[in-house]
Amino acid sequence: MSIGTSPPRRDGLEKIVGSSLYADDLRPDGCLYGATVRSSRAHARILGLRRDPAFDWTGVTLVTAADVPTNIVTLMTDDQPVLAGGITRHVHEPLALVAAPTREQALAAARAVIVDYEDLPALFDPELAEGNAIQIFGHDNVFKKISIRRGTFGGRQGIRVRGRYQTGLQEQLYIEPMSMLALPRPDGGFTVQGSMQCPYYIDRAVKRMLGDERVNVVQAVTGGGFGGKEEYPSMLACHAVLLARASGRPVKITYRRDEDLRATTKRHPSIIELDTLVSPGGHVLEFGARIVMDGGAYHTLSTVVLSRAILHVTGPYRAEAVALDGVCVATHTPPNGAFRGFGAPQAQWAAERHMDRVARTLGLDPLELRRRNLYKEGDITATGQVLHDPGGFAVLDRALAAAEAPVDDKTIRPGVTAPAMARGRGLALAWHGCGFTGNGEAKIKGKVALEVRDGTVYVGIASTDIGQGTETIFPQIVAEELGIDTARVQMLPHDTAQVPDSGPTVASRTAMVVGGTALAAARALRRHLQSTAMSDEHGFDALLSRLAPDATARVVETYEVDANIQWDMDTYQGDAYPCYGWSCVIVDLRVDTDTGEVIYDRVVTATDVGRALNPVLASGQIEGGTLQALGWATQEEVVLDSRGGMRNDRLTNYIIPTALDAPEMVTELVEIPFAGGPFGAKGIGEIPMDCPAAAVAQAIEAATGAALHALPMTPERVLAALETPGESR
Amino acid sequence: MTRFRCNGMDVQTGAAPMSRLLDVLREDLRYTGPKEGCGEGECGACTVRIDGEPVMSCLVPVCQVEGAEVQTVEGLAQPVVHAVQSAFLQHGAAQCGICTPGFLMAAAALLDENPHPTREEARVALAGNLCRCTGYQKIVDAVVRAIAKEA
Ligand code: FES
Ligand code: FES
Repeated sequence: MSIGTSPPRRDGLEKIVGSSLYADDLRPDGCLYGATVRSSRAHARILGLRRDPAFDWTGVTLVTAADVPTNIVTLMTDDQPVLAGGITRHVHEPLALVAAPTREQALAAARAVIVDYEDLPALFDPELAEGNAIQIFGHDNVFKKISIRRGTFGGRQGIRVRGRYQTGLQEQLYIEPMSMLALPRPDGGFTVQGSMQCPYYIDRAVKRMLGDERVNVVQAVTGGGFGGKEEYPSMLACHAVLLARASGRPVKITYRRDEDLRATTKRHPSIIELDTLVSPGGHVLEFGARIVMDGGAYHTLSTVVLSRAILHVTGPYRAEAVALDGVCVATHTPPNGAFRGFGAPQAQWAAERHMDRVARTLGLDPLELRRRNLYKEGDITATGQVLHDPGGFAVLDRALAAAEAPVDDKTIRPGVTAPAMARGRGLALAWHGCGFTGNGEAKIKGKVALEVRDGTVYVGIASTDIGQGTETIFPQIVAEELGIDTARVQMLPHDTAQVPDSGPTVASRTAMVVGGTALAAARALRRHLQSTAMSDEHGFDALLSRLAPDATARVVETYEVDANIQWDMDTYQGDAYPCYGWSCVIVDLRVDTDTGEVIYDRVVTATDVGRALNPVLASGQIEGGTLQALGWATQEEVVLDSRGGMRNDRLTNYIIPTALDAPEMVTELVEIPFAGGPFGAKGIGEIPMDCPAAAVAQAIEAATGAALHALPMTPERVLAALETPGESR
Repeated sequence: MTRFRCNGMDVQTGAAPMSRLLDVLREDLRYTGPKEGCGEGECGACTVRIDGEPVMSCLVPVCQVEGAEVQTVEGLAQPVVHAVQSAFLQHGAAQCGICTPGFLMAAAALLDENPHPTREEARVALAGNLCRCTGYQKIVDAVVRAIAKEA
């Protein structure tokens, strides 16, 4: 038995002895280093690019927009150029590229490219963007609008509660900065190797840019992604390939941390207004929402982020009627993109804070209010989906039991016991749709290949291990089904020349969707061996023994979409997700009422994971996501300069939690199986991001009476709220 | 020319005296275990030990290690993997692994001084190293359990 046990991660030994090769550890012979010339303006016409005549340009390769065959970063829309030519739409936008024999020379050469601009008016405020005379995207600066209507409004008696909730930018802050290599191939094509989540996104982007199919993409060991390495690496790979093409040499581009912070995507900021009608007993009758998200200058994945936000904005709660409207707009700021949770954390921050506001208004206990509205079996969501086995009450009960159990003192952070410390506990609940929205998987048709050679099974998937542990889980799934030792299942390299397209490594879908396909592939492999061996033997080795010793086999399985899933993209009605994960988080903290600082003591999480395929890896995902969410709650703030660029572009001033900031965590895995996932597993990568911020806000309120409604709850904001209690901020 | 010992071997480099030790290790000596996460002393991914002390090698000019004993994560695994390395593997303390070499060097230095640290002592000793994947829970687990209490 392998499922439900925790064999150490496959790539663990290399990682602990330092022999894993990450992109920047690779240095092919003759490799040049690339650097990027970036826009210094938010919105300007580019009049020209010149080489500084005082600089020694020997040995330097320069590439501009004019050298790009098809100047588009292929993703969802075709609005983003690989290199901006005529107009620059955000500060730090790539305008040109240089390559040189050393990194220092490349950086110096990039500084020696002189750009002449004619400034144009820039637009930064997302609330003014729609229909503004200053045009960024389309005719109205709207990337996407989504509305959901269900039930009828009016004619009900109740109490109206309105609130406005905000969230800021957040940086993924993978510890390995972006890094990508392009290597010329003997056949005139290119191999791209680097730090990435989605090899096939890059494969498509580079092929389309070049108009040449001779491209393969290989993932190097990747030092974290969290969504940040979903779409941006496509552009970076195009850059490296352009320089390799112009120089005829391998080219590596590794961002310095400050460049990575300034240039790459962040979590979408949001402004969410909620307007509800509740009965005196606390039942939500009407739920209205208006969401504004800031997508930045290019679309990237904004449509999908907005979609996930609107689908989660009620929180895990019922309402008799809903009217949800969302818009994601363009501004002249660096594009925002994928980040763990993908719009759902912003939406559920608002939903949970609003629950607390309703409780305050009605004089009800916040927990009791949640119990009265939490989804139950057979409840119908805003999209009309009938819920089966909703896990809200199960995770709530598990979290409460764990939080109330007597604790070993050693597992509570001592905090600082100054007299000005106020202590508080807060709780929040969330749900999270697993996998792609609606029939998204039907479009992707993710594939898994299994090959048998010398008695070993090789798994070919394009899904990448960026730390979650999928290199370990896939062998567990296949070995379990075939009844063999996990050591006999190996992973093929994530090289688009060798593995089929399993779809992107996003949306908490790898273990659940691609893992489910791997399980189906293992069954298909058995059937294949049975027909080759002309035997109905079940055992893998028994089947192999009937074949020639050097026999090989290969099967490719495509994700089988559940025919019962009905989804209407136009009305946003139907089964929004194949299943949902559920989460409850309880935070114990102290507030320093002199400084406004929040100190975390202990966090209990209870998460419905369907089935914990590998409990150590599963709890590791949850703990890491939980701390990322606590950082978003109180510490992480992106400060923009007058050009819309990140001013605090260093780790000295963009602060993420350290081991001293982190609480002790109690991680409860609740297992409510999903029939469509391998052995019942659900996606778990993103849900840990959903609850913590709201639980922290409730705890701060419990400790001090200060109610905060904007993230991050920095010491300044906490102090301001302490000084004006009762005010909404 | 700077001469020092690295992972038990005599090495020398002609790199400029003010070159960062991190670059000499990674580029000249090809010890790519130490990583660059920030280049300014904030993330700890580049941590190595100089005469036993954990130091961020992105902040150290190579001339400062003249005659010193430098150890990287590759050296920590020689001749056999250190107890804290095994504990990281066993407790799931490495996820993406990019921070792991730095944590291991800081943790090994702590355990030399204090083989049975409390969870709080471990947190203090590791506060200069950033990890974005684990929430630190399993890293602390691994460090406090690396050296069996009964041993
Ligand atoms: S690279 Fe040295 S501390 Fe970050
Ligand atoms: S394991 Fe990824 S940063 Fe620590």
